[in-house]
Amino acid sequence: MFTGFFYTLKDAGLKISMHEWLLLMNALREDLAHSSLLGFYRLCKAILVKTEADYDKFDFAFLSYFDGIATSDEMAEEFWKWLTEDVHIRDIKDHTMLDDYLLELEELRQRFEERKKEQRECHHYGNYWIGTGGTSTMGHGGYHERGLRLGGEGRHKSAVQVAGERNFKDFRQDNILDIRQFQIAFRKLRQFSTNNDAPKTELDIDATVNKTGDNAGRLSLMWKPPRKNRLKLLVLFDSGGSMLPYSRLCSRLFQSIRKSNHFSDIKIYYFHNCIYEHLYTTPACRRERWVPSDFILKNLDSEYRMILVGDGTMAQSELLSKGGNATLGMYNETPGIEWLQRFRNQYQKAIWWNPILRKNWGIIYGHETIRILHEMFPMYELTIDGLEEGIKKLLSNKMY
Amino acid sequence: MKKSDNNFNGTEAYVASEDLQNAVNIAIALKKPLLVKGEPGTGKTMLAMAISKQLGKDLLIWNVKSTTKAQDGLYLYDTVQRLYDSQFGEGDVADIGHYIRLGKLGEAFTAETQVVLLIDEIDKADLEFPNDLLWELDAMEFYINETKETIRAINRPIVIITSNAEKELPDAFLRRCIFHYISFPEADMMQEIVKVHYPDLDEQLLHHALDAFYRLRGENSLQKKPGTSELLDWLQALVLMGIPLDKIKEMPYIGVLLKKNQDIDTWAEIQEKGYSRNQWL
Repeated sequence: MFTGFFYTLKDAGLKISMHEWLLLMNALREDLAHSSLLGFYRLCKAILVKTEADYDKFDFAFLSYFDGIATSDEMAEEFWKWLTEDVHIRDIKDHTMLDDYLLELEELRQRFEERKKEQRECHHYGNYWIGTGGTSTMGHGGYHERGLRLGGEGRHKSAVQVAGERNFKDFRQDNILDIRQFQIAFRKLRQFSTNNDAPKTELDIDATVNKTGDNAGRLSLMWKPPRKNRLKLLVLFDSGGSMLPYSRLCSRLFQSIRKSNHFSDIKIYYFHNCIYEHLYTTPACRRERWVPSDFILKNLDSEYRMILVGDGTMAQSELLSKGGNATLGMYNETPGIEWLQRFRNQYQKAIWWNPILRKNWGIIYGHETIRILHEMFPMYELTIDGLEEGIKKLLSNKMY
Repeated sequence: MKKSDNNFNGTEAYVASEDLQNAVNIAIALKKPLLVKGEPGTGKTMLAMAISKQLGKDLLIWNVKSTTKAQDGLYLYDTVQRLYDSQFGEGDVADIGHYIRLGKLGEAFTAETQVVLLIDEIDKADLEFPNDLLWELDAMEFYINETKETIRAINRPIVIITSNAEKELPDAFLRRCIFHYISFPEADMMQEIVKVHYPDLDEQLLHHALDAFYRLRGENSLQKKPGTSELLDWLQALVLMGIPLDKIKEMPYIGVLLKKNQDIDTWAEIQEKGYSRNQWL
């Protein structure tokens, strides 16, 4: 059943396994779709779609497969007033539908025209006249599966209409590294050790056995602190103007780092194109919201692993000259490259992630500075592969 | 249409959209866990309570924390107590079963009547946590190594799992769930929800407040957008302080709605200049 629909969904890029499809068939056998298209739509959505990011793809596929079943609503002016009057909720079990249940749309329209001529008064809850809250095929707020809706709000929308609205368009996330991918990659950054000050909550079996033996069998429990990740991370983001196109990608990277709770310490700072006397504490890189670079070098010991994120494109003077700092009114006595070298020397385990794809490093504007930085730091592109390579590098013992 | 007693359609205190009711009923009928995702403050946790209330079943809540392991939900073997007891000759040390403490999942399986089990904020735990529960949720049974005993569900519990929209869950786990995303309620739905909490609220005030509220929510540079509970608190503040209607759009007591200093700064910046540069944070 609906095998064509299955492939339509597959083509739309939804990951649907046989497991879910069989479950859907099972649900249909139990009549969970209530033999209506809207019910079927909801059933499929609940069973087959597993993230709100895919709701839009699903709506689109459903629409393309079941399109042509949509009904139009034309509204007669004279009915408008009755119909926008109050609407009552009807007990869901009330199914007294007339035998015109399976009318075709054309017939329905005809019958509507006829009844419009007959009807002379306001009407609610009926199953024949045009009115609200009823089960007749015409009116609104009603419960007929295939009726004409006239005025008011569509409380019980038809499936094709609902799908047609595609309310979840904003959630699509094609082709961008998502946060889980980042997080999974970061999980590999672990360096377990029990050398920490955490409370001793784990039973140390070896020590307990020894101690109990020493005590001639009298039980003596020994405890130890649980193993913990000791990895410390220093992350420096370039937040200069040329990084603007990559801000979404960087923002995801940023969020996944910030949410990782398994590092023993994470420090995040920002710089504008290159590191000089100060590192900023906010991405806006404003004066006074900064800490001196010297302070960081003094206070964060060499155990920290350093991750630099930036495109590395800038004017050569910004990297190589005194006073190259492009920020208005700032003059640096020490060229940027000297600062970078100081960080490099202190943090032996350092990598650079570049949102520009590797194949463009040699040709893009600013390729000279990328080349210089690439010689200084192991540089990777910010893709899934680059992410993994970079993390492998961060964990390996020899860096140069 | 087949009718069953287990039919959920919202309670007086909990306004559920039709899509959500439907998802709940599908999950109950198919005997699958229902995974509910959505922004904080969309009533995910409340859902399980409403279901348990309406269907008249007991509710068990398993609050997941960052240190929670799958095993915690099944059972714990209290070795230390047993060792101590053996030392001092107290209790029935020979009976290991005496030292097995069932977790929430175990409790739900062994309950005499069907219960509603809420596994709250599953995404807080380790990334592998959901995978470790696959078999237990599928077959509704687990094995206790120490007593060589299998705990099998007497009545399959109705399992509701909530997750904040922040972290993604593994595919294998998702395949076994019915999924529903509670989108943030639109203004008219929100109106209903507010009325459940404050039945006597002035229509005009509510209208103005909702206008301002949704304008604030429309601001993408905010880190943490205000949710339903913040709105309810804010409305209460407005009523208590007797704020005149035309002042509401200036958003007094913004601190009730925005909980982060940065967001308050961002909002002030937007009011002043019409945009903000704090887009990364």
